[in-house]
Amino acid sequence: MLKPAGTWRDPESSLLLDMRNLRIEATVHPPGDDPQNVVIVDDVSLTLEKGRVLGLIGESGAGKSTMGLASMGYGRGSMRITGGEVFLNGRDILKGGVHELRKVRGSEICYVAQSAAAAFNPAQRLMDQVVEAALHHGIATRAEAEKRAVALFRKLGLPDPENIGQRYTHQVSGGQLQRVMTAMALCPEPDLIVFDEPTTALDVTTQIGVLAAIKDAIRDTGVAALYITHDLAVVSQVSDEIMVLRHGKMVEYGKTRQIIEAPRMDYTKALVSVRSLEHVENQPGAASLLSVNDVTAAYGRAHVKVVQNVSVQVCPGQTLAIVGESGSGKSTLARVITGLMPPLSGSITFDGRTLASSLAERTKDDLRQLQMIYQMADVAMNPRQTVGTIIGRPLEFYFGMRGRERDARVAELLDEIEMGRGFMNRYPAELSGGQKQRICIARALAAKPKLIICDEVTSALDPVVANGILKLLLRLQKIEDVAYLFITHDLHTVKAIADSIAVMYRGEVVRYGPKSSVLARPFDAYTDLLLSSVPEMEIGWLERASSRGSAAQSAS
Amino acid sequence: MTALVLRYGARIPIGALIGLIACAAFLFIAIFAQWIAPYGLGEIVGDVWEPASPEHWLGTDNLGRDLLSRMLYGGQTTILIAAMATALSFTLGSILGFLAAVVGGWFESILSRFVDLLMAVPTLIFGLVVLSVLPSNLITLVLVMGILDSTRVYRLARAVATDINVMDFVEAAKLRGEGSGWIIFREILPNALSPLVSELGLRFINAVLFLSALSFLGLGVQPPDADWGGMVKENKDGIVFGVAAALIPAGAIAALSISVNLVADWILNRTTSLTGGRGDA
Repeated sequence: MLKPAGTWRDPESSLLLDMRNLRIEATVHPPGDDPQNVVIVDDVSLTLEKGRVLGLIGESGAGKSTMGLASMGYGRGSMRITGGEVFLNGRDILKGGVHELRKVRGSEICYVAQSAAAAFNPAQRLMDQVVEAALHHGIATRAEAEKRAVALFRKLGLPDPENIGQRYTHQVSGGQLQRVMTAMALCPEPDLIVFDEPTTALDVTTQIGVLAAIKDAIRDTGVAALYITHDLAVVSQVSDEIMVLRHGKMVEYGKTRQIIEAPRMDYTKALVSVRSLEHVENQPGAASLLSVNDVTAAYGRAHVKVVQNVSVQVCPGQTLAIVGESGSGKSTLARVITGLMPPLSGSITFDGRTLASSLAERTKDDLRQLQMIYQMADVAMNPRQTVGTIIGRPLEFYFGMRGRERDARVAELLDEIEMGRGFMNRYPAELSGGQKQRICIARALAAKPKLIICDEVTSALDPVVANGILKLLLRLQKIEDVAYLFITHDLHTVKAIADSIAVMYRGEVVRYGPKSSVLARPFDAYTDLLLSSVPEMEIGWLERASSRGSAAQSAS
Repeated sequence: MTALVLRYGARIPIGALIGLIACAAFLFIAIFAQWIAPYGLGEIVGDVWEPASPEHWLGTDNLGRDLLSRMLYGGQTTILIAAMATALSFTLGSILGFLAAVVGGWFESILSRFVDLLMAVPTLIFGLVVLSVLPSNLITLVLVMGILDSTRVYRLARAVATDINVMDFVEAAKLRGEGSGWIIFREILPNALSPLVSELGLRFINAVLFLSALSFLGLGVQPPDADWGGMVKENKDGIVFGVAAALIPAGAIAALSISVNLVADWILNRTTSLTGGRGDA
């Protein structure tokens, strides 16, 4: 079924993609200032042979997506390829002009985007979109292309492969859509596919299935791939080689095994060791600071119960992690505890007293002792307030501090979060993602709380930055003796900071106890699936994990 | 405004500069009309519709009054009433709009339906009906114009505030236990300011046009007091005889509208910067 690849091309060379000294710039328009040129990718070279997979890894802003798009001769937004060459099958595709590029895209090189839901046209059937490129380039007739698509659907483990193409995007799940998109890229039988964070938006339990499907498809079709991700554990499962990028420059480039087992550069070492953070579990004390007693909560009049009969406890100065995939009700539980959403039934006891169920009825001291840190630090701070105002307001509000006294305390807090008083007059827009989250932590600490609810506080951050935030939280817990209720979907984070764990699934707590006992066998079915789905940074993990749980995966 | 000019002097785009100078000139006229006008407001100084001459720079009007003097006095009245009406509509509209967004529930529903009711009747017709019943003086004029216009501001303020009200930083303030005052004035207002400021310019121009229309129809400023809309009405018959007297107040209305708009646009650009206007991000 494979077309005879490369018959009319240079048959000797197995070199498929050769990007040399690539330089990509963009023009930014800061408000009120003259437009400036920013270098996004600076002198990066890479080569890719037929049938091989190269992983591009780096934090956001490292230029990895830009590199991926550049391999197709494309610059997003105002980005321009200002230097270097991109050879695909021995031809410099940047020289040929738009017409030449159009011939290459969709026939020799295809693209799989991060958000499949946004990349599909919701008004067209999936099949029409999957076969579009093959028909457009005249690679296959409609019947041939559809036959090929159905075979790909089957290979990628989609349910009902004969008919799933007749559905629309809203009729399939996120994980399925990502597989359909992979089928779309494979359908014209290209030589190269660019995968741009294809599993990042998926839950871990879904991710593993998609990852295995992508890997099998790459192996069986012999296509080459550029695999872009920020997750080193994921990329080490699929790629032969890895290139680490940072600030648009190449940091390290080598075989996968060398990168993850013997990294040479400091930055790569930091990336690899991100997950080594360990926290020695504290024994639960006799007294509990917060106890959630048999709480049930529902949205709207339909009474769809999002949280059902949940009972958990947090000990003073300790961390309870609530784990679960999206939609498991963990954030709703946080809203119930904070009083933003009164529960249908059940009660919440805090520090020996029962908390009022709605925010308006709680005392100022109740509010002070229970603070919250959000997932998205940029929208959790008023963009029109300076750091000094943001951190200083709780001091004013709860403790009546003013003027110099307040500023001195703000400076102290800034030192505590390892930032320094120089940041006092900055606006949130002038901070990086990690710095913003630190400011939010300082704002919560300013109230001198007994409990801080952390709602996915590290999931929007790059791994190295997130690691720094976790270390800070652990250190602050020791100094301030504050308890955390840590909501996350990331089991590595849980291992790094929790004392006890509650696993939530479809609104119910399915497993709850001290960390050591929750993470010890025997597991219940869901916890087993969850634990075995978290990518490990070792070669061959994916195969082992897939073979263990292949029955459970086919459902996702 | 001088501080603004000094601070950003180097970077003011040419359009905004023209607008600023023109606005300053209009403001100067509005404040000092009594002192710079060469003749009195109702003083008859010559023949009907005399052409421009060294004594009467813009000629005379339909009763032989000096047109330049009446333009200056008229500018004062027009700008004063429009500014007062805009101030009223803004304070009323934005406070009620923010309150509706923050309080929500039945308060928002009742207020919004009442505003819908007011907006359902065309503004000009509503204004004509109300003004023909009420005594025609400056206070009723400002009240009627301000309240009718505040419905538009309410709509905008509520829509903007509803968006901001669901942001995490407002939720954080609510969790802290802040009252509606802090949430409205310290969390929402600074973030709602840029659309409101651009709206302020538009509303002011709208007030100028509305007042001019009312006066043209005889329900606005009453003679012998002058305002630009009324002056167009007084002199409109001259157009038939080739006298341009009616075009001068009409041109002034257009010039004022455009210059205010230029300034509002520029302020909008400046205030959308999230670095406090430092522009160094």
